[in-house]
Amino acid sequence: MLEKALTGSRRYWGWIFFLLAVIGVGFIFYLRQFAYGLGITGMSRDVSWGLYIGQFTFLVGVAASAVMLVIPYYLHDFKKFGKILILGEFLAVAAVVMCMLFIMADMGQPMRVMNLVLHPTPNSVMFWDAIVLNGYLLLNIIIGWTTLGADRKELPPPAWVKPLIYLSIPWAISIHTVTAFLYAGLPGRPFWLSAIMAARFLASAFAAGPALLIILALIVRKLTKFDPGKEPIQALGKIVTYAMIASTFFLILEVFTAFYSQIPGHMASFEYLYAGLDGFGKLVPLMWLSTILAVVAIILLVNPNTRKNESILAFACITVFISLWIDKGFGLIVGGFVPNPFERVTEYWPTMPETIITIGVWAIGLLVLTVLYKVAISVREAQIDSGSNTH
Amino acid sequence: MYDAGKILIGLIIFLAFATFPFYSNMGKAVAKPDPKLDTPVIQQMKVKQCVESKEFMRAEHMQLLNNWRDAALRRGERLYKGSDGRITEISFQNQCLRCHSNKKKFCDECHSYAAVKPYCWDCHIAPKEANNEH
Amino acid sequence: MSISRRDFLKLAGISSLGIGFSATDLLWKNRAEAIEYMSSPKGLTAKRWAMVVDLRKFKTEEDYNRVIDICHRIHNVPDFGNLKDEVKWIWTDTFEHVFPFQKNEYLPEGVQEKKAVLFCNHCDNPPCVRVCPTKATFKRKDGIVAQDYHRCIGCRFCMAACPFGSRSFNWRDPRPFIKRLNPKFPTRTKGVVEKCNFCVERLAEGLKPACVEVSNGALTFGDLSDPNSEVRKILSTNYSIRKAELGTRPSVFYIIGGDEDA
Repeated sequence: MLEKALTGSRRYWGWIFFLLAVIGVGFIFYLRQFAYGLGITGMSRDVSWGLYIGQFTFLVGVAASAVMLVIPYYLHDFKKFGKILILGEFLAVAAVVMCMLFIMADMGQPMRVMNLVLHPTPNSVMFWDAIVLNGYLLLNIIIGWTTLGADRKELPPPAWVKPLIYLSIPWAISIHTVTAFLYAGLPGRPFWLSAIMAARFLASAFAAGPALLIILALIVRKLTKFDPGKEPIQALGKIVTYAMIASTFFLILEVFTAFYSQIPGHMASFEYLYAGLDGFGKLVPLMWLSTILAVVAIILLVNPNTRKNESILAFACITVFISLWIDKGFGLIVGGFVPNPFERVTEYWPTMPETIITIGVWAIGLLVLTVLYKVAISVREAQIDSGSNTH
Repeated sequence: MYDAGKILIGLIIFLAFATFPFYSNMGKAVAKPDPKLDTPVIQQMKVKQCVESKEFMRAEHMQLLNNWRDAALRRGERLYKGSDGRITEISFQNQCLRCHSNKKKFCDECHSYAAVKPYCWDCHIAPKEANNEH
Repeated sequence: MSISRRDFLKLAGISSLGIGFSATDLLWKNRAEAIEYMSSPKGLTAKRWAMVVDLRKFKTEEDYNRVIDICHRIHNVPDFGNLKDEVKWIWTDTFEHVFPFQKNEYLPEGVQEKKAVLFCNHCDNPPCVRVCPTKATFKRKDGIVAQDYHRCIGCRFCMAACPFGSRSFNWRDPRPFIKRLNPKFPTRTKGVVEKCNFCVERLAEGLKPACVEVSNGALTFGDLSDPNSEVRKILSTNYSIRKAELGTRPSVFYIIGGDEDA
């Protein structure tokens, strides 16, 4: 099936080569980082994780959100997701690939990555994160490829994938839960030390992931002969609506606990993010932008009239995606480190090389996504063609 | 066979690349590594003997260094009793390099030949070699 | 005999697995003749090393600088001269920042602004060790939380986990920023985490930590599990505080005020 990715229009190849060029530039900057060290980024002793780990965290969520298609289709027999299920699974593959690359980009000694295997340490959450992420990648490649291959021959998927599909459901939940546990179990970081962290992660993931999927589905409809269909997109829109409300609700719960209790350590990070602390407030405009976008998104999504209009739905999905990207891919990580354990503020802002490397990893993800989608859509288009010819 | 011509051209290009190291070095003699032991400390020794036999050290020094590292650093056991019963303090920088103070002629000689780049020197400080260089 | 392509591929797969297994077998066999490893008899030993910092005895700026300088000099700690790349094993901060949970504006004059020395607390229940995915940071039998720079992959999970801000990362090659190299001690390489090691290399030689030696009695080092140790004697006669509310059981104690009679 992979050969389908090797034939395409000029526009397809133009896009591929554009992505390759971006990846090339990112890679050149990565080589610079590899030679110089992570000092090339904006990170410091006080803010020791930044954009890379933020992207990782955000993308684990995007990957996990494929389950929002799998559950309705396989557990509730919601047949309308049948045609776009593959888009969700392949999005998960691309997202996990990006997650792994962001971890590699963030490592001080990437050549020693096999130490994770040589010295397995079950008491470290990172050990489990490596296991669940790799497992999830494998599951989605196998499931996506096999079901698409069967579908191409107009056959039901082989029986042995069914258990894997069912396994992938709790597995998807696990990847984001374990990622939340990376943060939620650290004693000296009150901003992260919250039992609702995993739930909040999952809620924001199930909003941002399907929002991205809606945008992708609309692009697919515009550029190819394959139409993902109005109803599945509307169903996804409802999922985004509920999840976005849940995600915002969980954030409000955090704010309430911090500010009604008036415990300084729990309030400080929120103060830094939304109001500035000790005269430092680099993230304040960004966090308010995230808040405004969230409010706009919820208004547009909750109202059925606006949600049912696909253009407005697309706009709402973009606002959801950006809002949650800021909140989780940036604010959540930096906020946890500010102020530091000595109640002092060191600010963080990504540097130019760091940003370019980040864009490069996104380009790799988009390349993987493009190739996989090309295969999936070619199969669908062939079905449409044969359908129109023979029947 | 479909596209026989293209496949053959591809195979030839592949073979050309794969065998590149062989024909590019053909006929060139590379001097055999000749590690030197003539440091002042070693020359003053009555019995010129490392912690284990020469043959053992030649083949297994990397494994020994790994074991030394884990013993000293992780278990706090900083004494090594060799197979001949002699006891040596475990310290790469302060023991190994005390005798083998000629990194260039002792370590690099073989490592360069074998094209291995151990990362020891990223952290461990090599002795000053002024008196060995000429 | 003719075999189909499918069978050939199967056979090839199985035989390459076989080669793989025999190769790992060779690699795993520990061929070095590990004869015997021993601890040095002259080394200082304890069940749980601990430090008592007597802030009453830090009077001048010089008292602080002495302990910082000796540590950073013998351990080849670089000085980058900027906050972003900063690496430090011992440093100071004011009381109100060191003990944010002890906020009390009615303390005797000068206490809030009084500086305290800070370093790794060598916790008995260390979160950094709990989170490390490669056991690069680990707790020794004598309670010291050590860091294996050979094994560290530079993920910095330990830095996020440490509630005492004790850990530094080598954002770039530290070598050019070490004013005078101590040839007896290694430097670190870029991309690994480092911190105070309670001078394990000195303890092995029967010496107390360097900072203790130059502190004129302001720092006391000893075995917390031994009721007759110096640290226990001081702790039993003076009121001490430590940042214990997070359950890490830190092994560094601070004496703030009171009569200086211990």
